[in-house]
Amino acid sequence: MTSAPLQGSDLIEVGPLADGTGTAQSVRPSRPRPRRRGRSAPYWFLVPTLTLFAAFTVVPIGYAIWLSLHKVQVKGIGLGKGARAQVWNGIGNYTDVLKDSEFGHSVLRAFGYGLIVIPTMLGLALLFALMLDTPKARSAPFARLMIFLPYAVPGIIAALMWGFLYLPDVSPFSYLLDKFGLPQPDLFDGGNLYLSFANIAVWGGTGFNMIVIYTALRAIPPEIYEAARIDGATDLGIALKIKIPIVMPSLVLTFFFSVIATLQVFTEPMALKPLTNGLPSSWSPLMAIYDKAFLQSDIYGASATAVVLALATFVLSFTLLRISDRYTREDRA
Amino acid sequence: MTPLTLTADTTGRAATARRTAWVPTIVLILGALYCLIPIAWVVIAATKDRSELFSTFTFAPGSGFLQNLSDLTDYRDGIFWRWMANSAFYAGFGALLSAAVSAAGGYALGRFAFRGREAIFKMILAGVLVPSVVLAVPQYLLLSKLGMADSYWSMLLPSILSPYGVYLVRIYAAASVPAELMEAARMDGASEWRIFSRIAVPMMMPGLITVFLFQFVGIWNNFLLPYVMLADDEKFPITLGLYTLLAQGASQPALYTLVITGCLLAILPLIGLFLVIQRFWSLDLLSGSVKA
Repeated sequence: MTSAPLQGSDLIEVGPLADGTGTAQSVRPSRPRPRRRGRSAPYWFLVPTLTLFAAFTVVPIGYAIWLSLHKVQVKGIGLGKGARAQVWNGIGNYTDVLKDSEFGHSVLRAFGYGLIVIPTMLGLALLFALMLDTPKARSAPFARLMIFLPYAVPGIIAALMWGFLYLPDVSPFSYLLDKFGLPQPDLFDGGNLYLSFANIAVWGGTGFNMIVIYTALRAIPPEIYEAARIDGATDLGIALKIKIPIVMPSLVLTFFFSVIATLQVFTEPMALKPLTNGLPSSWSPLMAIYDKAFLQSDIYGASATAVVLALATFVLSFTLLRISDRYTREDRA
Repeated sequence: MTPLTLTADTTGRAATARRTAWVPTIVLILGALYCLIPIAWVVIAATKDRSELFSTFTFAPGSGFLQNLSDLTDYRDGIFWRWMANSAFYAGFGALLSAAVSAAGGYALGRFAFRGREAIFKMILAGVLVPSVVLAVPQYLLLSKLGMADSYWSMLLPSILSPYGVYLVRIYAAASVPAELMEAARMDGASEWRIFSRIAVPMMMPGLITVFLFQFVGIWNNFLLPYVMLADDEKFPITLGLYTLLAQGASQPALYTLVITGCLLAILPLIGLFLVIQRFWSLDLLSGSVKA
């Protein structure tokens, strides 16, 4: 990009992102700049960012794509130098991925997990944000701090702590259920496993989303509420008819990030794995990829799987963005 | 950068409801309890010795905290503290480099118009969407070709670039560094580097500290990257260290008390940092994308 023939007048400071698309041409000043030096300055400032981006994002992605199109061919009995060679495999690895039922199952599990986590987490985040925004709610600053606190706890440690809370021998919940003579559910089994993982994610993520939604609520001018009250609106009516529609863009944003996070669930199931026997090592898509790459030493298949997951994330992201775009536009009309 | 408080609530809204709003209060307290229970539990469980952990009521304090602490310190010649120091190094040094790189990149994108600006910006933001494992596996393979896998570099280098940090600094630079000041400095003959380091960086400091804190928490909490990159447990950060300790503990429940005490000690620095963030960061920055 540094090779682009720049004019001395191309170096113009722009306003606070007002233009968004401001090209050098559109903001060319009427008189020549007093100094020509420094026009390459933004490129120099971007060197560290772009170098790291190339080295740790572009090159790895390219390498993953290259690997995904190759395989190892073993000659003879696979011993000696040159017995194993990387050869072109075309879309062979991809057709394997699509036929791989283990990966398919891991994607389905991630969807099931997301169906529990996302509505619960965002529902609670919205509820808490609305409650925080209620005048005369007591202990709101304390509650805001506490609900946000899990954000500070590393995911793996949150999962370890909850893992112990799920263990019948040490769990306070099992203790209480036992006292009342109630049956204790096995939280590490089958369907309950989804709820166990979901609870950890909800615990860790609600506070952050609550803050995002709450910040949007705070930006609503109070005159709107005054007007609504004069028209006879109740608190509930104001929440449903004014507040929720106004914070809809924040909800869309948090939803968007939650979907991406769901596809990448890794930490919670990894943390609970040592505590239970019932968890396959390819429970989630990320675990399936890790398993393939490092436990089965199939980096080619793992790369193809990773590329498929990345493409699915992109398609899902752009679909969601387009839907939300249309939604907000209709909303304005 | 004012800390967000409810006292800033508008009087117009407060005047209409004079009594305590009980439903919101109760909902909020229940939410706070839900979030506090695991933390309260880990604080109490860390005080129990091995037999108390399995025999006494889970919320009854035990008598073994100091013993647990010394057991943890003795475990494999104090490797726990080594993990803590590693985490502090990865997170501290990584976040510092990240803030520096974001400062330069975000400043360039926020304060200059140049060819390719929007394309570069969008490309970096798209980096957020790439699933971490899609990067981690080839990163590992490439770094091991360079002989750098399982090194401090393999943890540090991939953590430096933060697309979110660049994005945040871009907004912050555009809003807080006046073009007139930059122009005046140029007239006085200051170099672009001098303008950046002496004028822009001090003005962007609150934004840079926000980037540092976010990145610090992000690196400290990262699990996938060390799990993929590191094999030598002398280089483990605390997250991976405690995980491997638990994985061994599955066959030796005696290690459970060590894991629990370790969990408590590992979250204390972050809770401290979190309280700092609370006072420090601007929620407007956090939601910059929401309001746009």
